[in-house]
Amino acid sequence: MEGIRKEFPGVVALDGVDLDVRRGEVHVLLGENGAGKSTLMKILSGAHAKDAGRIWIDGVEVEIPGPRKARELGVGIIYQELTLIPELSAAENVYLGREPRRLGTIVDRSQMISGTRRIFDELGADVPPAAAIRTLSLAQRQLVEIAKALSLEPRILVMDEPTSALTTKETQSLFAAIRRLIARGVAIIYISHRLDEIFEIGDRVTVLRDGRHVSTHAVRSADRRQLVRLMANRELDETISGGTTVRGKELLRVENLTRRGALENVSFSVHAGEIVGIAGLLGAGRTEIARVIFGADSADGGRIFVRGELQNIKSPRDAIRLGIGFLTEDRKAQGLVLGRSVRENIALPVLRRLSRLGVVRRSEEGALADSYVRDLRIRTPSTSQLALHLSGGNQQKVVLAKWLGCKVEILFLDEPTRGIDVGAKQEIYALINNLAASGVGIVMISSELPEVVGLSDRVLVMRGGKIVGEFNRAEATQERLLACAVGA
Amino acid sequence: MGTLGGLLILCIGLWIATPHFVTVSNLVNVVQQSTIIGVIAVGMTFVIISGGIDLSVGSLVAVAGITFGTLAQANVPLPLAAAGALIAGTLCGAVNGALITIGRLPPFIATLGMMSVARGIALMLSDGRPISGFPAGFRALATGTVAGIPLPVIIMLALYGAAHFVLTRVRLGRYTYAIGGNEEATALSGVNVRAYKTMVYCISGFVSALASLLLVARLNSAQPIAGISYELDAIAAVVIGGSSLLGGSGSVVGTLIGALIMSVLRNGLNLLGVSSYLQQVAIGTVIVVAVLVDLALRRRASLPTG
Repeated sequence: MEGIRKEFPGVVALDGVDLDVRRGEVHVLLGENGAGKSTLMKILSGAHAKDAGRIWIDGVEVEIPGPRKARELGVGIIYQELTLIPELSAAENVYLGREPRRLGTIVDRSQMISGTRRIFDELGADVPPAAAIRTLSLAQRQLVEIAKALSLEPRILVMDEPTSALTTKETQSLFAAIRRLIARGVAIIYISHRLDEIFEIGDRVTVLRDGRHVSTHAVRSADRRQLVRLMANRELDETISGGTTVRGKELLRVENLTRRGALENVSFSVHAGEIVGIAGLLGAGRTEIARVIFGADSADGGRIFVRGELQNIKSPRDAIRLGIGFLTEDRKAQGLVLGRSVRENIALPVLRRLSRLGVVRRSEEGALADSYVRDLRIRTPSTSQLALHLSGGNQQKVVLAKWLGCKVEILFLDEPTRGIDVGAKQEIYALINNLAASGVGIVMISSELPEVVGLSDRVLVMRGGKIVGEFNRAEATQERLLACAVGA
Repeated sequence: MGTLGGLLILCIGLWIATPHFVTVSNLVNVVQQSTIIGVIAVGMTFVIISGGIDLSVGSLVAVAGITFGTLAQANVPLPLAAAGALIAGTLCGAVNGALITIGRLPPFIATLGMMSVARGIALMLSDGRPISGFPAGFRALATGTVAGIPLPVIIMLALYGAAHFVLTRVRLGRYTYAIGGNEEATALSGVNVRAYKTMVYCISGFVSALASLLLVARLNSAQPIAGISYELDAIAAVVIGGSSLLGGSGSVVGTLIGALIMSVLRNGLNLLGVSSYLQQVAIGTVIVVAVLVDLALRRRASLPTG
């Protein structure tokens, strides 16, 4: 790809970007959110039309007007957002639109299932091919998405943050599959924010910043600090650290919380000013703890005490009234009304406070939004910008602003930095530390062990719906937490 | 605002095509013709923005009209009879809301059921016969004017003004957009989604009853078969007005223009002597073209194309 340019109304997303990818290599595309990585890949896969520039595949110049043409040229893409149909089975999704047929009309189910199983085996994926997508976990869905792309036997495969929902073990089997693919001569373009992965799987790395090509290196000759600096164009302290903690009074205590099939006799407490990390593999019940305490799901047993008093929390409204907030793992599906403005999103939970006789006082609403846009450094042209148009990191800050506006005292954070770039992550970490320092009790659920270890005062490890370990700051290392989470 | 442009082009075209279109009496007539559907479409706009649909509005027009007629026949004072009709419409809306929020029925199914049940109740209450002959004081609701403007037009415009204020400035309106845009995120923000969704269907029932009073006054007759297919005209007005059937976006200003476009089109085709069969084809085409243009404009502005 040479001199690729793409403009959207008001922004130049790509400005003369070059990229060359060789047969049998993993080429990592690195850059902060909004750097243009996804746009570049969408042009390669035919989802967007380029405004200028040329593309060659195997030495032949090509035009890619649409996804179908891209597929014919052997370009496969795995999007960050999943594109599976929930009611269909894994196998049906993998073969969607090109089902094997018998007698020209009847879909050959057994061939679909065996074909899918073959790809899953190759991936080392533990997913039943006949299971409906909606019954699968996020990680399993990601694997189905990968299998779908592989089933087309692409020559160039684009992976946009394929591991963001995967456990360490699943990531390793994905990497094994990637190695098999490159051995067969497939070229892989790999987008990731996780520097560790780049060093593990990448051959060369191209850094993009603000729609421009910054540099291309062999991974062997690159070092972490240098890459981070190239991405952000500034020195970042990549070490994550918690603030100094003054542990205050107990805010939340949970005793024997149980929800059939999800949680079993979970007990813990959270104090003011404390950051409690919850580690564990996907499906260990981490998100369920937050959902049940927040009133989004009901409990089958157990007691919840807020500031020492027994409470019966039946809905998110009850929880919010008690000063509990919940930043969900999926900000697009559960955190934001994407088609409404930043201002309206921030004001949503506190609209009652901002209105008199049912009429929203716009000046107060605007002042609230302005203050959080300033304090959290949310990058948006104005507070009337639709949430949809913000980058992932800025969207996450809007969700955080919603809860700060509620003046929560207990805040659950579920994967607070998923899918956001290094610079924005650092800012989110600083915000979390500041919140704790101001006396908020924080429960942070995360799959990123470095952030759990770095930020938490205490870490709880979950497995199979139970808390199976507790570590204080001095004891918590990535190795110990992981060993505990997998039951080793 | 592509819809407003469409209305203006339509009006200018008719102005050139026929001398009878732009006369004071005809223009007043056009607006007056749009009032019944226009009033119902206000409630439909709320429902559609919230991500739902209300197929029962036509039948609610009948039920509310018959309620009014029956009470008036029983010598209940007319203001009370009118209040009775409004309460009946609102209650039916509340039942729709309860079926959708507590019964977890899709809005299409719940209101499809209500459409049939309400029609049946209207026929039962009236024994299938119209109730006719109301005092001149009540008929003034349709025939009266203020400063030369027909009363139904004033009522409709006042209703649109109020609805616009509610949607843009009042909490209920904000929640309506939020629920239609992302119901789960709204519930997780502590909004009582069930209560507000129910309220939206109550509004739809209430304005349907209001429209029925205007209709009874105009016809001087309450009919159990009144309002058939009004739901489709109301939905058309909302959709032409730029609201997305997926919820989360739209405005009553757009709906008002949508209702006027349908009324102007009918009037213009009548003036041009186009057969009523062809009129149906024209109106259907306009609905589809309006939405196509709206989607194209949104895509260019990178807005959600729901």
